[in-house]
Amino acid sequence: MSIGIVSAAYIAAAILFILSLGGLSGQESAKRAVWYGIAGMALAVGATIWGPGMGHLWVVALMVAIGAAAGAVVAGRVQMTEMPQLVAALHSFVGLAAVFIGVNAQIEMGRIAGMVAAGDAEGLNALTGFAAKVAHKTPVELNILKVEVFLGVFIGAVTFTGSVIAFGKLAGRVDGKAKKLPGGHMLNAGAALLSLILLVLYFNGAGMWALLAMTLLAFFIGYHLIMGIGGADMPVVVSMLNSYSGWAAAAIGFSLGNDLLIVTGALVGSSGAILSYIMCKAMNRSFVSVILGGFGNTTGPAMEIAGEQVAIDAEGVAAALNDADSVIIVPGYGMAVAQAQQSVSELTRKLRAAGKTVRFAIHPVAGRLPGHMNVLLAEAKVPYDIVLEMDEINDDFPSTDVAIVIGSNDIVNPAAQEDPNSPIAGMPVLEVWKAKQIFVSKRGQGTGYSGIENPLFYKDNTRMFYGDAKKSLDALLPMIN
Amino acid sequence: MKIGAVRESAPGENRVAMTPESAVQIMKLGHECLIQKGAGERAGFADQAYEAVGVTLVPDEAALGAASDILVGLRPPTEAEADRLKSGQTLISFFYPAQNKELLEVCKDRGATVIAMDMVPRISRAQKMDALSSMANIAGYRAVIEAANNFGRFFTGQVTAAGKVPPAQVLVIGAGVAGLAAIGTATSLGAVVHAFDVRPEVAEQIESMGASFVFLEFEPAQDGAATGGYAAPSSPEFREKQLAKFRELAPQMDIVITTALIPGRDAPKLWLKDMVEAMKPGSVIVDLAAERGGNCDLTVPGEKIVSANGVTVIGYTDFPSRMATQSSTLYANNIRHMLTDLTPKKDGVIVQNMEDDVIRGATVTHAGAITYPPPPPKVQAIAAAKPKEKPKELTPEERRAKELADFRGQTRTQVALLAIGTLLMLVIGAFAPEAFMSHFVVFALACFVGFQVIWNVSHSLHTPLMAVTNAISGIIILGALLQVGSGSWLVVTLASISILIASINIVGGFLVTRRMLAMFQKS
Repeated sequence: MSIGIVSAAYIAAAILFILSLGGLSGQESAKRAVWYGIAGMALAVGATIWGPGMGHLWVVALMVAIGAAAGAVVAGRVQMTEMPQLVAALHSFVGLAAVFIGVNAQIEMGRIAGMVAAGDAEGLNALTGFAAKVAHKTPVELNILKVEVFLGVFIGAVTFTGSVIAFGKLAGRVDGKAKKLPGGHMLNAGAALLSLILLVLYFNGAGMWALLAMTLLAFFIGYHLIMGIGGADMPVVVSMLNSYSGWAAAAIGFSLGNDLLIVTGALVGSSGAILSYIMCKAMNRSFVSVILGGFGNTTGPAMEIAGEQVAIDAEGVAAALNDADSVIIVPGYGMAVAQAQQSVSELTRKLRAAGKTVRFAIHPVAGRLPGHMNVLLAEAKVPYDIVLEMDEINDDFPSTDVAIVIGSNDIVNPAAQEDPNSPIAGMPVLEVWKAKQIFVSKRGQGTGYSGIENPLFYKDNTRMFYGDAKKSLDALLPMIN
Repeated sequence: MKIGAVRESAPGENRVAMTPESAVQIMKLGHECLIQKGAGERAGFADQAYEAVGVTLVPDEAALGAASDILVGLRPPTEAEADRLKSGQTLISFFYPAQNKELLEVCKDRGATVIAMDMVPRISRAQKMDALSSMANIAGYRAVIEAANNFGRFFTGQVTAAGKVPPAQVLVIGAGVAGLAAIGTATSLGAVVHAFDVRPEVAEQIESMGASFVFLEFEPAQDGAATGGYAAPSSPEFREKQLAKFRELAPQMDIVITTALIPGRDAPKLWLKDMVEAMKPGSVIVDLAAERGGNCDLTVPGEKIVSANGVTVIGYTDFPSRMATQSSTLYANNIRHMLTDLTPKKDGVIVQNMEDDVIRGATVTHAGAITYPPPPPKVQAIAAAKPKEKPKELTPEERRAKELADFRGQTRTQVALLAIGTLLMLVIGAFAPEAFMSHFVVFALACFVGFQVIWNVSHSLHTPLMAVTNAISGIIILGALLQVGSGSWLVVTLASISILIASINIVGGFLVTRRMLAMFQKS
């Protein structure tokens, strides 16, 4: 295959990727969009493999076969509630690959420099692929290449450890609380500064050791950065890492002079950046404050909460639901933890069969991944046209008979609007308290992930339905008629 | 104690203050009941019915007065009747002390205690003895019935084979108890009902009864709750606006029911002569305020007249009396509840507790002194309505100016960003070699396309978006593929591992996305 055909294939692949992302604007077109993505990827990989300058094809075939099999197994087995972990884990692979490829580039540069120094013209002419490209670079281009490699490795390394920690936190293997080593963000800043110094050294010909030292520093930054971010901010973290993995790919694309890598990396990078921005906006927090971890300092004591939490049993909830005409369900991370989505779906089916209006209100940061709740509800076969976003449904709460809050806390906290001293003051929230009656399904009286008291639970029209969300709902189901 | 119910002497008054049913309840309080012969006759309660439950029949008023400790009645006593009150005797009836000053003097001089049913304060606890409300309820209902009786058309709109009938247009002025009852009755007869009240806070009650609130653009003058839930006199400017509105409505209305009353004053004139003249012939006006002079200029209290242009003006003052059985039952219950409060121990002993808000408020003479007007009740009638904060409405000009300013601001930021971006590009371009720049252009364009495309992704698809971008970021496999042909074993090893993990990424990412998207389904 000539270089021209490969380029053409790359252009086609890039367009297919753009179409694939653009197709996600609607549920129906999304089903087609994923095929565009697959086709684009197949085209890109195929063109590269059969393109000029390839070697060790048997290794490639073996590795792709093993990788594909492993990927298929993972994708088939994963529970929908484990999606956040899976996405984080996959990000770490991209990061690690970027590090390896960057290191490879450095090795090749070293080899070629050695050949040039030895005047080995025969060896130079025998080079293929990437190495051949490097061999033809001018000194200025080589310098730029160094910077590109360095950047690619740095971003890749941060993505790798960051994603591993995010995976650990999401999977519950690492404590979800925000934790920092003594020194806090000064450590990160110090490591970043040291990396910069290493870049200068590397640029001036320090070679492999500077690159490896920087890699270790970047590993540390990724680890420490994500350790310092609490579980409630995970939607931002995951999309941020998504963005990083894209930029890492783009940086590698620069070092390898591969336009398709650049285009795709930029697409993924900007996609993740926008998602992070949307998530931050939904929490009324700046990107920086999320990255720096923890909630901002409050300016005064939080508002005193008067009243008490009143409990209710399944019969009471069932009676209210049987009387209600309109119901809004607000799911949160608690539903995912309890794997209660099937019970919620069954409840929805029964209520709708009884002629009631049932809708779902989804806050943008509900769950641990952007859009997490939508996927869980879709898995449980809740029709997507009754699943609405915050802005679409917030005005409807006053005309709603019953709002059911299942395992969400901060996203329905009225303190965000009522208490200027609350750490979440100003965050857009679902105004469930405006419904005529509210039931909160919750395991106990504890506070949510952010550790903030929720005045909603003390309101006159709120009843607490204590217990594991799945068990509570299963107890409720037979009583709905 | 002996409770005696008088036969009302006023002509046309059919009601009675005690029914056989209420007598039974009163006797349970330890009292003895007496009634003047024939007192309940006109309300449909025969003397025998009273006798059957153990009420003593008394031949005439003089004998009743002599035998009873407490007299119960409806209308205020005539001067002759007041003169017959004994010292220490109690009279319970409507009294209107503000209008009947001389009568009050007489009763005081006689040393009698007078409890005026119209003075029962409007607090929740006293609702069961609020005779004004129970009578007003009946009056409101009856007003609509009288109007229907004098109106030559259906109330409800109909489309029949014989032609189309438009629904009657009813305007109710004053949404007190009578007004609301009239709204409810007229609505259930099928009329289109409009209602007006000077208190904007009753708009919700009006709408809850099925009428539309006639909205008047005016700054709220005062809080109706401060006057015990009753209307207060309005300012001249407000009155002018109100009349202008009525003038506008008059030609369209078939039925007008006015119920506007201000406690202790003559009824305000709201439906003027020119408005009557503007109405269609055959229209009906029912003036429930006729007793206090009437809201309509043409009202003749106690009579039904027809104006020169054929509008019937009904000024009856005895609407409750026209439904004597119903109103007697309710009034007798109000009296019975009052007696229950006066007999706290249920032992037949009356305790005139002047510390009690309700009893104090209703008592107008006691122990040789006039106790009217009462001090303000300790309990607020209605919780004061909180002033509502209205977001400031922008005028169209202000809005346009704001939009313009917003647009300018946006343009400024965009231009600034573009300028900075261009500058940055130029700086890079000045130093970087050409090969880099060509890649950089691709990069910048790809970022731009990415931003444009991703903004359109629907919120619910954010997880599939992450999964698919994740799969696509596996494109890094290309880098590894390009390096795997190297002659160095280390490079080959690292590249192979990269290919392996990138493959997991690609296949896993795409398959999971497909799985997720397949689950989304429409209902």
